[in-house]
Amino acid sequence: MTTRAVGAIAILVLATLPLWLASPYYVNIASQVLIYAIFALGLNVLVGYAGLVSLGQAGLFGVSAYAVAWLVAAGAGQFLGALGALLLTLATAAIFAVLALRATGIGFLMITLALGQILWGMAYRWISLTGGDNGLRLDTRPLPFGISLASPPAFYLLTLLVFLAAIASMAVFINSPFGASVLGTRDQPRRMNALGFDVWRIRFLAFLFSGFWSGVAGLLYCYYNQFVSPQVLALQASAEALLMVISGGSGTLLGPVVGAALVVVMKNVASAYIERWNLVLGAIFVAIIVLMPEGLVPGCARLGRWLRRSLAARGAPLPLAGRLRGPR
Amino acid sequence: MNALELSGLSRSFGGLRVTSEVSLAVAPGERRLIIGPNGAGKTTLFNLVTGELRPDHGSVHLMGRDVTRLPSRTRAHLGLARTYQIITLFPRDTLLRNVELALLGLMPLRWNPFVRLDGRQDLARRARAALALVGLDGMAERPLAETAYGERRRVEIAMALAQSPQVLLLDEPFAGLSADERRDVQRLLREIPRTITIVMIEHDMDVALDFADRITLLHFGRVVVEGTRAEVVGDPRTREVYLGA
Repeated sequence: MTTRAVGAIAILVLATLPLWLASPYYVNIASQVLIYAIFALGLNVLVGYAGLVSLGQAGLFGVSAYAVAWLVAAGAGQFLGALGALLLTLATAAIFAVLALRATGIGFLMITLALGQILWGMAYRWISLTGGDNGLRLDTRPLPFGISLASPPAFYLLTLLVFLAAIASMAVFINSPFGASVLGTRDQPRRMNALGFDVWRIRFLAFLFSGFWSGVAGLLYCYYNQFVSPQVLALQASAEALLMVISGGSGTLLGPVVGAALVVVMKNVASAYIERWNLVLGAIFVAIIVLMPEGLVPGCARLGRWLRRSLAARGAPLPLAGRLRGPR
Repeated sequence: MNALELSGLSRSFGGLRVTSEVSLAVAPGERRLIIGPNGAGKTTLFNLVTGELRPDHGSVHLMGRDVTRLPSRTRAHLGLARTYQIITLFPRDTLLRNVELALLGLMPLRWNPFVRLDGRQDLARRARAALALVGLDGMAERPLAETAYGERRRVEIAMALAQSPQVLLLDEPFAGLSADERRDVQRLLREIPRTITIVMIEHDMDVALDFADRITLLHFGRVVVEGTRAEVVGDPRTREVYLGA
Protein backbone atom coordinates (compact mmCIF):
# COMPACT_ATOMS: atom_id res chain seq x y z
CA MET A 1 0.00 0.00 0.00
CA THR A 2 2.60 2.55 1.08
CA THR A 3 5.07 1.32 -1.56
CA ARG A 4 2.34 1.66 -4.14
CA ALA A 5 1.57 5.21 -2.99
CA VAL A 6 5.25 6.14 -3.10
CA GLY A 7 5.51 4.64 -6.56
CA ALA A 8 2.48 6.58 -7.79
CA ILE A 9 3.86 9.83 -6.41
CA ALA A 10 7.26 9.13 -7.97
CA ILE A 11 5.66 8.52 -11.38
CA LEU A 12 3.60 11.68 -11.03
CA VAL A 13 6.68 13.75 -10.15
CA LEU A 14 8.63 12.23 -13.03
CA ALA A 15 5.80 12.79 -15.50
CA THR A 16 5.41 16.46 -14.56
CA LEU A 17 9.15 17.08 -14.32
CA PRO A 18 9.31 19.25 -17.48
CA LEU A 19 6.89 21.66 -15.78
CA TRP A 20 9.05 21.89 -12.67
CA LEU A 21 12.35 22.28 -14.39
CA ALA A 22 12.43 25.72 -15.90
CA SER A 23 15.31 25.22 -18.28
CA PRO A 24 15.29 22.70 -21.16
CA TYR A 25 18.89 22.03 -20.18
CA TYR A 26 17.74 20.25 -17.03
CA VAL A 27 14.98 18.42 -18.89
CA ASN A 28 17.65 17.07 -21.22
CA ILE A 29 19.73 15.96 -18.26
CA ALA A 30 16.68 14.16 -16.89
CA SER A 31 16.36 12.38 -20.26
CA GLN A 32 20.00 11.35 -20.06
CA VAL A 33 19.52 10.03 -16.54
CA LEU A 34 16.62 7.87 -17.73
CA ILE A 35 18.52 6.58 -20.78
CA TYR A 36 21.44 5.51 -18.61
CA ALA A 37 19.05 4.15 -16.00
CA ILE A 38 17.60 1.81 -18.66
CA PHE A 39 21.14 0.82 -19.63
CA ALA A 40 22.09 0.16 -16.00
CA LEU A 41 18.88 -1.80 -15.39
CA GLY A 42 19.81 -4.02 -18.32
CA LEU A 43 23.34 -4.55 -17.03
CA ASN A 44 21.97 -5.24 -13.55
CA VAL A 45 20.24 -8.37 -14.87
CA LEU A 46 23.68 -9.83 -15.50
CA VAL A 47 25.64 -8.29 -12.63
CA GLY A 48 23.06 -8.26 -9.86
CA TYR A 49 20.67 -11.08 -10.65
CA ALA A 50 22.76 -13.59 -12.59
CA GLY A 51 26.02 -12.82 -10.76
CA LEU A 52 27.93 -12.35 -14.04
CA VAL A 53 30.02 -9.18 -14.10
CA SER A 54 30.26 -7.88 -17.66
CA LEU A 55 32.68 -5.21 -18.87
CA GLY A 56 31.47 -5.24 -22.46
CA GLN A 57 27.93 -4.00 -22.09
CA ALA A 58 28.62 -0.69 -23.84
CA GLY A 59 29.32 -2.78 -26.92
CA LEU A 60 25.67 -3.82 -27.06
CA PHE A 61 24.53 -0.27 -26.33
CA GLY A 62 26.78 0.94 -29.15
CA VAL A 63 25.73 -1.70 -31.67
CA SER A 64 22.15 -0.56 -31.27
CA ALA A 65 23.01 3.14 -31.55
CA TYR A 66 25.21 2.62 -34.63
CA ALA A 67 22.73 0.27 -36.27
CA VAL A 68 19.80 2.66 -36.06
CA ALA A 69 21.87 5.59 -37.36
CA TRP A 70 23.19 3.46 -40.23
CA LEU A 71 19.83 1.91 -41.13
CA VAL A 72 18.00 5.22 -41.12
CA ALA A 73 20.74 6.83 -43.22
CA ALA A 74 20.48 3.88 -45.61
CA GLY A 75 16.79 4.66 -46.06
CA ALA A 76 15.24 1.87 -43.98
CA GLY A 77 12.90 4.30 -42.25
CA GLN A 78 12.55 4.92 -38.54
CA PHE A 79 10.42 1.91 -37.66
CA LEU A 80 12.50 -0.67 -39.52
CA GLY A 81 15.62 1.12 -38.33
CA ALA A 82 14.66 0.69 -34.69
CA LEU A 83 13.49 -2.88 -35.20
CA GLY A 84 16.63 -3.78 -37.09
CA ALA A 85 18.83 -2.18 -34.45
CA LEU A 86 17.18 -4.17 -31.66
CA LEU A 87 17.38 -7.44 -33.60
CA LEU A 88 21.04 -6.84 -34.39
CA THR A 89 21.70 -6.07 -30.70
CA LEU A 90 19.99 -9.31 -29.67
CA ALA A 91 22.04 -11.24 -32.23
CA THR A 92 25.23 -9.61 -30.94
CA ALA A 93 24.18 -10.37 -27.35
CA ALA A 94 23.63 -14.01 -28.34
CA ILE A 95 27.15 -14.21 -29.81
CA PHE A 96 28.58 -12.47 -26.72
CA ALA A 97 26.73 -14.93 -24.50
CA VAL A 98 27.83 -18.04 -26.36
CA LEU A 99 31.46 -16.94 -26.13
CA ALA A 100 31.45 -15.45 -22.63
CA LEU A 101 29.33 -18.10 -20.87
CA ARG A 102 32.11 -20.61 -21.30
CA ALA A 103 33.32 -19.03 -18.07
CA THR A 104 32.04 -17.29 -14.98
CA GLY A 105 33.67 -14.82 -12.61
CA ILE A 106 36.90 -13.21 -13.80
CA GLY A 107 36.93 -15.28 -17.00
CA PHE A 108 33.49 -14.00 -17.97
CA LEU A 109 34.59 -10.46 -17.20
CA MET A 110 37.70 -10.75 -19.40
CA ILE A 111 35.82 -12.26 -22.34
CA THR A 112 33.12 -9.58 -22.27
CA LEU A 113 35.86 -6.95 -21.98
CA ALA A 114 37.60 -8.37 -25.06
CA LEU A 115 34.36 -8.59 -27.06
CA GLY A 116 33.50 -5.01 -26.17
CA GLN A 117 36.95 -3.90 -27.32
CA ILE A 118 36.50 -5.71 -30.64
CA LEU A 119 33.31 -3.73 -31.27
CA TRP A 120 35.03 -0.51 -30.25
CA GLY A 121 37.84 -1.33 -32.67
CA MET A 122 35.33 -1.91 -35.45
CA ALA A 123 33.58 1.39 -34.76
CA TYR A 124 36.92 3.17 -34.75
CA ARG A 125 38.60 1.51 -37.72
CA TRP A 126 35.91 0.20 -40.09
CA ILE A 127 35.54 3.69 -41.47
CA SER A 128 33.47 2.82 -44.56
CA LEU A 129 30.75 1.44 -42.30
CA THR A 130 30.98 3.51 -39.15
CA GLY A 131 32.57 6.76 -40.23
CA GLY A 132 35.46 6.07 -37.86
CA ASP A 133 36.27 8.96 -35.58
CA ASN A 134 33.64 11.14 -37.24
CA GLY A 135 30.87 8.79 -36.21
CA LEU A 136 27.42 8.63 -37.76
CA ARG A 137 24.67 11.23 -37.76
CA LEU A 138 20.96 10.63 -37.36
CA ASP A 139 19.22 13.40 -39.25
CA THR A 140 15.86 13.35 -37.49
CA ARG A 141 14.29 11.84 -34.44
CA PRO A 142 11.44 9.43 -35.17
CA LEU A 143 7.83 10.60 -35.24
CA PRO A 144 5.90 7.90 -33.37
CA PHE A 145 2.20 8.21 -34.32
CA GLY A 146 3.03 11.56 -35.88
CA ILE A 147 4.15 13.06 -32.55
CA SER A 148 7.22 15.24 -32.82
CA LEU A 149 10.02 14.44 -30.39
CA ALA A 150 12.07 17.47 -31.31
CA SER A 151 11.41 19.41 -28.10
CA PRO A 152 13.19 18.37 -24.88
CA PRO A 153 9.93 17.76 -22.91
CA ALA A 154 8.46 15.55 -25.66
CA PHE A 155 11.63 13.50 -25.87
CA TYR A 156 11.78 13.29 -22.10
CA LEU A 157 8.24 11.89 -21.92
CA LEU A 158 9.01 9.20 -24.52
CA THR A 159 12.13 8.24 -22.56
CA LEU A 160 10.10 8.16 -19.35
CA LEU A 161 7.56 5.77 -20.92
CA VAL A 162 10.31 3.43 -22.07
CA PHE A 163 12.00 3.69 -18.66
CA LEU A 164 8.75 2.76 -16.88
CA ALA A 165 8.35 -0.20 -19.22
CA ALA A 166 11.91 -1.27 -18.43
CA ILE A 167 11.49 -1.06 -14.67
CA ALA A 168 8.11 -2.84 -14.84
CA SER A 169 9.63 -5.63 -16.91
CA MET A 170 12.39 -5.96 -14.29
CA ALA A 171 9.86 -6.17 -11.45
CA VAL A 172 7.83 -8.84 -13.24
CA PHE A 173 10.94 -10.76 -14.28
CA ILE A 174 12.57 -10.89 -10.87
CA ASN A 175 9.41 -12.05 -9.11
CA SER A 176 8.71 -14.73 -11.71
CA PRO A 177 9.72 -18.40 -11.61
CA PHE A 178 12.32 -17.65 -14.26
CA GLY A 179 13.67 -14.82 -12.10
CA ALA A 180 13.99 -17.28 -9.21
CA SER A 181 15.85 -19.63 -11.56
CA VAL A 182 18.30 -16.86 -12.48
CA LEU A 183 18.90 -15.96 -8.81
CA GLY A 184 19.42 -19.65 -8.05
CA THR A 185 22.13 -19.96 -10.70
CA ARG A 186 23.85 -16.97 -9.11
CA ASP A 187 23.84 -18.45 -5.60
CA GLN A 188 24.30 -22.19 -6.20
CA PRO A 189 24.90 -23.09 -9.85
CA ARG A 190 26.00 -26.63 -9.10
CA ARG A 191 23.02 -27.30 -6.93
CA MET A 192 20.69 -25.83 -9.54
CA ASN A 193 22.06 -28.27 -12.09
CA ALA A 194 21.48 -31.20 -9.73
CA LEU A 195 17.91 -29.96 -9.15
CA GLY A 196 17.18 -30.19 -12.87
CA PHE A 197 17.80 -26.61 -14.02
CA ASP A 198 19.69 -25.92 -17.25
CA VAL A 199 22.15 -23.39 -15.83
CA TRP A 200 23.72 -22.48 -19.16
CA ARG A 201 20.45 -21.80 -20.89
CA ILE A 202 19.12 -19.78 -17.95
CA ARG A 203 22.24 -17.59 -18.08
CA PHE A 204 21.97 -17.32 -21.86
CA LEU A 205 18.39 -16.05 -21.67
CA ALA A 206 19.32 -13.64 -18.88
CA PHE A 207 22.09 -12.33 -21.15
CA LEU A 208 19.59 -11.74 -23.97
CA PHE A 209 17.20 -9.94 -21.63
CA SER A 210 20.06 -7.77 -20.41
CA GLY A 211 21.20 -7.14 -23.98
CA PHE A 212 17.70 -6.20 -25.07
CA TRP A 213 17.45 -3.32 -22.59
CA SER A 214 21.02 -2.24 -23.30
CA GLY A 215 19.98 -2.05 -26.94
CA VAL A 216 16.86 -0.04 -26.13
CA ALA A 217 19.03 2.39 -24.17
CA GLY A 218 21.43 2.64 -27.12
CA LEU A 219 18.53 3.40 -29.41
CA LEU A 220 17.32 6.22 -27.18
CA TYR A 221 20.86 7.51 -26.87
CA CYS A 222 21.11 7.79 -30.65
CA TYR A 223 17.73 9.56 -30.85
CA TYR A 224 18.80 11.91 -28.07
CA ASN A 225 22.15 12.96 -29.50
CA GLN A 226 21.30 12.29 -33.16
CA PHE A 227 24.93 11.24 -33.37
CA VAL A 228 27.11 8.25 -32.40
CA SER A 229 30.85 8.02 -32.17
CA PRO A 230 33.27 5.28 -31.04
CA GLN A 231 33.47 6.63 -27.48
CA VAL A 232 29.93 5.27 -26.94
CA LEU A 233 31.26 1.73 -26.89
CA ALA A 234 34.64 2.42 -25.32
CA LEU A 235 35.74 0.49 -22.25
CA GLN A 236 35.13 3.58 -20.14
CA ALA A 237 31.44 3.51 -21.03
CA SER A 238 31.17 -0.13 -19.93
CA ALA A 239 33.02 0.63 -16.71
CA GLU A 240 30.76 3.62 -16.01
CA ALA A 241 27.67 1.47 -16.44
CA LEU A 242 29.14 -1.06 -14.04
CA LEU A 243 29.84 1.72 -11.54
CA MET A 244 26.24 2.89 -11.83
CA VAL A 245 24.99 -0.60 -10.98
CA ILE A 246 27.41 -1.20 -8.14
CA SER A 247 27.22 2.26 -6.55
CA GLY A 248 23.42 2.28 -6.60
CA GLY A 249 23.14 -1.31 -5.40
CA SER A 250 23.41 -4.32 -7.70
CA GLY A 251 20.62 -6.85 -7.54
CA THR A 252 18.05 -4.23 -6.52
CA LEU A 253 15.35 -2.67 -8.66
CA LEU A 254 16.12 0.98 -7.89
CA GLY A 255 19.87 0.74 -7.31
CA PRO A 256 20.87 1.02 -10.99
CA VAL A 257 18.50 3.99 -11.40
CA VAL A 258 20.04 5.86 -8.47
CA GLY A 259 23.52 4.99 -9.71
CA ALA A 260 22.73 6.27 -13.19
CA ALA A 261 21.34 9.51 -11.76
CA LEU A 262 24.46 9.97 -9.64
CA VAL A 263 26.88 9.50 -12.52
CA VAL A 264 24.96 11.57 -15.08
CA VAL A 265 24.31 14.44 -12.69
CA MET A 266 27.93 14.50 -11.55
CA LYS A 267 29.13 14.43 -15.13
CA ASN A 268 26.88 17.27 -16.29
CA VAL A 269 26.22 19.46 -13.30
CA ALA A 270 29.37 19.14 -11.23
CA SER A 271 31.56 19.52 -14.30
CA ALA A 272 30.12 23.01 -14.75
CA TYR A 273 31.52 24.07 -11.38
CA ILE A 274 34.54 21.87 -10.80
CA GLU A 275 37.09 21.28 -13.46
CA ARG A 276 38.27 18.02 -11.91
CA TRP A 277 34.81 16.53 -11.55
CA ASN A 278 36.17 13.05 -12.25
CA LEU A 279 38.07 13.37 -8.99
CA VAL A 280 34.85 14.23 -7.15
CA LEU A 281 33.06 11.27 -8.73
CA GLY A 282 35.94 9.01 -7.74
CA ALA A 283 35.81 10.28 -4.16
CA ILE A 284 32.07 9.66 -4.04
CA PHE A 285 32.55 6.08 -5.25
CA VAL A 286 35.23 5.46 -2.64
CA ALA A 287 32.92 6.86 0.04
CA ILE A 288 30.09 4.58 -1.14
CA ILE A 289 32.30 1.50 -1.14
CA VAL A 290 33.61 2.27 2.34
CA LEU A 291 30.35 3.32 4.01
CA MET A 292 27.77 1.34 2.01
CA PRO A 293 29.55 -1.50 0.25
CA GLU A 294 26.21 -2.98 -0.82
CA GLY A 295 25.33 0.24 -2.71
CA LEU A 296 23.33 3.38 -2.04
CA VAL A 297 19.81 1.94 -2.16
CA PRO A 298 20.30 -1.07 0.17
CA GLY A 299 22.69 1.05 2.27
CA CYS A 300 20.15 3.84 2.81
CA ALA A 301 17.47 1.25 3.55
CA ARG A 302 19.74 -0.20 6.23
CA LEU A 303 20.48 3.26 7.58
CA GLY A 304 16.75 4.01 7.71
CA ARG A 305 16.01 0.81 9.62
CA TRP A 306 18.85 1.54 12.02
CA LEU A 307 17.66 5.11 12.59
CA ARG A 308 14.09 4.01 13.22
CA ARG A 309 15.28 1.37 15.67
CA SER A 310 17.46 3.75 17.63
CA LEU A 311 14.74 6.42 17.62
CA ALA A 312 12.37 3.86 19.06
CA ALA A 313 14.91 2.56 21.56
CA ARG A 314 16.08 5.85 23.10
CA GLY A 315 15.87 9.53 22.24
CA ALA A 316 17.34 10.37 18.89
CA PRO A 317 21.13 10.10 18.81
CA LEU A 318 22.75 11.39 15.65
CA PRO A 319 24.42 8.62 13.71
CA LEU A 320 28.18 8.74 13.48
CA ALA A 321 29.80 7.59 10.31
CA GLY A 322 31.67 4.89 12.17
CA ARG A 323 28.49 3.46 13.64
CA LEU A 324 26.75 3.10 10.32
CA ARG A 325 28.38 -0.23 9.80
CA GLY A 326 27.32 -1.34 13.26
CA PRO A 327 24.50 -3.72 14.13
CA ARG A 328 22.45 -5.00 11.22
CA MET B 1 15.64 -54.30 -13.51
CA ASN B 2 17.72 -52.52 -10.90
CA ALA B 3 16.96 -49.04 -9.68
CA LEU B 4 20.63 -48.14 -9.84
CA GLU B 5 23.38 -50.13 -11.42
CA LEU B 6 27.04 -49.18 -11.61
CA SER B 7 29.50 -51.25 -13.56
CA GLY B 8 33.24 -50.88 -13.64
CA LEU B 9 33.03 -47.23 -12.61
CA SER B 10 36.45 -45.57 -12.32
CA ARG B 11 37.70 -42.07 -11.85
CA SER B 12 41.18 -40.71 -11.22
CA PHE B 13 42.38 -37.31 -10.17
CA GLY B 14 45.91 -37.04 -11.51
CA GLY B 15 47.59 -40.23 -10.42
CA LEU B 16 45.12 -40.90 -7.63
CA ARG B 17 42.43 -43.46 -8.36
CA VAL B 18 39.58 -42.23 -6.21
CA THR B 19 37.05 -44.65 -7.62
CA SER B 20 38.28 -47.93 -8.98
CA GLU B 21 36.19 -50.48 -10.86
CA VAL B 22 33.15 -50.03 -8.64
CA SER B 23 30.25 -52.26 -9.61
CA LEU B 24 27.08 -52.46 -7.60
CA ALA B 25 23.40 -53.03 -8.16
CA VAL B 26 20.64 -51.59 -5.99
CA ALA B 27 17.20 -53.18 -6.31
CA PRO B 28 14.05 -51.03 -6.42
CA GLY B 29 12.94 -50.08 -2.92
CA GLU B 30 16.19 -51.20 -1.37
CA ARG B 31 17.98 -49.28 1.37
CA ARG B 32 21.66 -49.44 0.62
CA LEU B 33 24.30 -48.17 2.95
CA ILE B 34 27.73 -47.30 1.63
CA ILE B 35 30.33 -47.11 4.34
CA GLY B 36 34.04 -46.57 4.42
CA PRO B 37 36.64 -44.53 6.22
CA ASN B 38 37.48 -40.94 5.28
CA GLY B 39 38.84 -40.72 1.77
CA ALA B 40 37.32 -44.03 0.68
CA GLY B 41 35.77 -42.28 -2.34
CA LYS B 42 32.16 -42.28 -1.16
CA THR B 43 31.24 -38.74 -2.16
CA THR B 44 33.14 -39.06 -5.44
CA LEU B 45 31.05 -42.14 -6.16
CA PHE B 46 27.89 -40.06 -5.60
CA ASN B 47 29.20 -37.33 -7.87
CA LEU B 48 29.75 -39.95 -10.57
CA VAL B 49 26.22 -41.26 -10.09
CA THR B 50 24.64 -37.79 -10.30
CA GLY B 51 26.81 -36.68 -13.21
CA GLU B 52 28.62 -33.90 -11.41
CA LEU B 53 31.77 -35.82 -12.35
CA ARG B 54 32.36 -37.84 -15.50
CA PRO B 55 33.82 -41.33 -15.05
CA ASP B 56 37.02 -42.26 -16.86
CA HIS B 57 35.28 -45.49 -17.73
CA GLY B 58 32.41 -47.63 -16.59
CA SER B 59 28.70 -46.95 -16.74
CA VAL B 60 25.74 -45.79 -14.66
CA HIS B 61 22.24 -47.16 -15.26
CA LEU B 62 19.22 -45.55 -13.66
CA MET B 63 16.02 -47.59 -13.75
CA GLY B 64 17.53 -49.62 -16.57
CA ARG B 65 18.52 -46.61 -18.62
CA ASP B 66 22.12 -45.74 -19.45
CA VAL B 67 22.69 -42.24 -18.06
CA THR B 68 26.51 -42.29 -18.12
CA ARG B 69 26.75 -39.47 -20.66
CA LEU B 70 23.76 -37.43 -19.49
CA PRO B 71 24.18 -34.16 -17.52
CA SER B 72 23.09 -33.90 -13.90
CA ARG B 73 19.96 -31.93 -14.72
CA THR B 74 18.68 -34.67 -17.04
CA ARG B 75 19.30 -37.31 -14.39
CA ALA B 76 17.22 -35.23 -11.98
CA HIS B 77 14.38 -35.28 -14.50
CA LEU B 78 14.76 -39.07 -14.73
CA GLY B 79 14.14 -39.46 -10.99
CA LEU B 80 17.48 -39.06 -9.26
CA ALA B 81 17.77 -36.71 -6.28
CA ARG B 82 20.55 -36.19 -3.78
CA THR B 83 21.49 -34.34 -0.64
CA TYR B 84 24.93 -32.94 -0.01
CA GLN B 85 27.38 -33.63 2.77
CA ILE B 86 28.42 -29.98 2.70
CA ILE B 87 25.15 -28.10 2.81
CA THR B 88 24.50 -26.21 -0.41
CA LEU B 89 21.22 -24.35 0.00
CA PHE B 90 20.08 -20.87 -1.00
CA PRO B 91 20.98 -18.81 2.06
CA ARG B 92 19.17 -15.59 1.11
CA ASP B 93 15.83 -17.33 0.61
CA THR B 94 13.24 -18.72 2.98
CA LEU B 95 12.89 -22.43 3.62
CA LEU B 96 9.74 -22.36 1.51
CA ARG B 97 11.55 -20.80 -1.45
CA ASN B 98 14.35 -23.34 -1.15
CA VAL B 99 11.90 -26.20 -1.49
CA GLU B 100 9.97 -24.38 -4.21
CA LEU B 101 13.17 -24.20 -6.23
CA ALA B 102 13.54 -27.95 -5.92
CA LEU B 103 9.98 -28.35 -7.22
CA LEU B 104 10.52 -25.80 -10.01
CA GLY B 105 13.59 -27.66 -11.23
CA LEU B 106 11.38 -30.39 -12.65
CA MET B 107 8.56 -28.14 -13.89
CA PRO B 108 8.28 -26.27 -17.22
CA LEU B 109 7.08 -23.34 -15.09
CA ARG B 110 10.75 -22.59 -14.32
CA TRP B 111 11.07 -20.87 -17.72
CA ASN B 112 8.07 -18.58 -17.17
CA PRO B 113 9.15 -14.93 -16.77
CA PHE B 114 5.63 -13.47 -16.58
CA VAL B 115 3.76 -14.86 -13.57
CA ARG B 116 4.42 -14.14 -9.92
CA LEU B 117 6.12 -17.04 -8.20
CA ASP B 118 4.62 -15.99 -4.87
CA GLY B 119 1.17 -16.21 -6.40
CA ARG B 120 1.52 -19.91 -7.21
CA GLN B 121 -0.45 -21.39 -4.33
CA ASP B 122 -0.20 -24.92 -5.77
CA LEU B 123 3.57 -24.75 -5.65
CA ALA B 124 3.60 -23.28 -2.13
CA ARG B 125 1.26 -26.01 -0.94
CA ARG B 126 3.46 -28.77 -2.30
CA ALA B 127 6.55 -27.11 -0.80
CA ARG B 128 4.85 -26.87 2.59
CA ALA B 129 3.87 -30.51 2.37
CA ALA B 130 7.51 -31.45 1.74
CA LEU B 131 8.59 -29.29 4.69
CA ALA B 132 5.94 -30.98 6.84
CA LEU B 133 7.54 -34.35 6.07
CA VAL B 134 10.69 -33.17 7.84
CA GLY B 135 8.78 -31.30 10.56
CA LEU B 136 9.73 -27.80 9.39
CA ASP B 137 6.40 -26.51 8.05
CA GLY B 138 6.15 -24.27 11.12
CA MET B 139 9.11 -22.17 10.01
CA ALA B 140 8.51 -22.16 6.26
CA GLU B 141 8.74 -18.37 6.01
CA ARG B 142 12.00 -18.11 7.92
CA PRO B 143 15.11 -17.14 5.95
CA LEU B 144 17.49 -20.03 5.67
CA ALA B 145 20.29 -17.93 7.15
CA GLU B 146 18.36 -17.84 10.45
CA THR B 147 18.04 -21.59 10.85
CA ALA B 148 20.20 -24.04 12.78
CA TYR B 149 22.52 -26.55 11.18
CA GLY B 150 20.30 -29.52 11.99
CA GLU B 151 17.33 -27.78 10.42
CA ARG B 152 19.28 -27.17 7.23
CA ARG B 153 20.08 -30.87 6.98
CA ARG B 154 16.35 -31.51 7.09
CA VAL B 155 15.70 -28.83 4.45
CA GLU B 156 18.15 -30.72 2.23
CA ILE B 157 16.11 -33.86 2.69
CA ALA B 158 12.84 -32.00 2.13
CA MET B 159 14.15 -30.62 -1.16
CA ALA B 160 15.17 -34.07 -2.32
CA LEU B 161 11.83 -35.60 -1.27
CA ALA B 162 9.88 -32.75 -2.92
CA GLN B 163 11.18 -33.94 -6.26
CA SER B 164 9.49 -37.35 -5.63
CA PRO B 165 12.58 -39.17 -6.83
CA GLN B 166 12.82 -42.84 -7.67
CA VAL B 167 16.35 -43.02 -6.37
CA LEU B 168 17.44 -40.85 -3.46
CA LEU B 169 21.12 -40.41 -2.62
CA LEU B 170 21.84 -39.21 0.92
CA ASP B 171 25.37 -38.01 1.56
CA GLU B 172 26.02 -38.30 5.31
CA PRO B 173 22.60 -37.08 6.42
CA PHE B 174 23.62 -37.44 10.07
CA ALA B 175 26.86 -35.48 9.89
CA GLY B 176 27.12 -32.84 12.58
CA LEU B 177 23.77 -33.64 14.18
CA SER B 178 23.11 -33.99 17.90
CA ALA B 179 21.80 -37.28 19.28
CA ASP B 180 18.24 -35.92 19.36
CA GLU B 181 18.42 -34.60 15.82
CA ARG B 182 19.81 -37.92 14.66
CA ARG B 183 16.82 -39.71 16.08
CA ASP B 184 14.51 -37.29 14.27
CA VAL B 185 16.25 -37.84 10.96
CA GLN B 186 16.34 -41.60 11.50
CA ARG B 187 12.60 -41.63 12.09
CA LEU B 188 12.08 -39.42 9.07
CA LEU B 189 14.11 -41.73 6.84
CA ARG B 190 12.26 -44.81 8.09
CA GLU B 191 8.97 -43.19 7.07
CA ILE B 192 10.03 -42.72 3.45
CA PRO B 193 7.92 -45.16 1.38
CA ARG B 194 9.55 -48.11 -0.30
CA THR B 195 8.65 -46.74 -3.72
CA ILE B 196 11.81 -44.65 -3.26
CA THR B 197 15.12 -46.45 -3.43
CA ILE B 198 17.67 -44.99 -1.04
CA VAL B 199 21.44 -45.09 -1.19
CA MET B 200 23.06 -43.55 1.86
CA ILE B 201 26.67 -42.73 2.56
CA GLU B 202 27.72 -42.83 6.16
CA HIS B 203 31.14 -42.49 7.64
CA ASP B 204 30.04 -43.72 11.05
CA MET B 205 28.64 -47.26 10.74
CA ASP B 206 26.61 -47.32 13.91
CA VAL B 207 24.11 -44.56 13.20
CA ALA B 208 22.78 -46.03 9.98
CA LEU B 209 23.31 -49.75 10.40
CA ASP B 210 19.76 -50.77 11.29
CA PHE B 211 18.41 -48.72 8.39
CA ALA B 212 20.15 -50.71 5.68
CA ASP B 213 19.04 -53.80 3.79
CA ARG B 214 22.46 -54.26 2.28
CA ILE B 215 25.79 -52.65 2.93
CA THR B 216 28.72 -51.88 0.64
CA LEU B 217 32.09 -51.20 2.21
CA LEU B 218 34.41 -48.98 0.18
CA HIS B 219 38.10 -48.62 0.86
CA PHE B 220 40.59 -46.73 -1.33
CA GLY B 221 37.92 -46.43 -4.00
CA ARG B 222 37.23 -50.16 -4.24
CA VAL B 223 34.36 -52.30 -3.09
CA VAL B 224 35.87 -54.43 -0.33
CA VAL B 225 32.81 -56.21 1.06
CA GLU B 226 29.20 -56.25 0.05
CA GLY B 227 26.33 -58.14 1.57
CA THR B 228 23.62 -58.09 4.20
CA ARG B 229 24.15 -56.28 7.45
CA ALA B 230 25.24 -59.46 9.26
CA GLU B 231 27.59 -60.51 6.48
CA VAL B 232 29.37 -57.18 6.32
CA VAL B 233 29.60 -56.68 10.08
CA GLY B 234 30.88 -60.23 10.53
CA ASP B 235 33.43 -60.03 7.75
CA PRO B 236 37.04 -59.86 8.97
CA ARG B 237 37.88 -57.34 6.23
CA THR B 238 35.39 -54.89 7.70
CA ARG B 239 37.16 -55.10 11.04
CA GLU B 240 40.46 -54.69 9.30
CA VAL B 241 39.36 -51.52 7.43
CA TYR B 242 37.76 -49.91 10.43
CA LEU B 243 40.14 -51.00 13.15
CA GLY B 244 43.35 -51.46 11.21
CA ALA B 245 43.17 -48.30 9.12
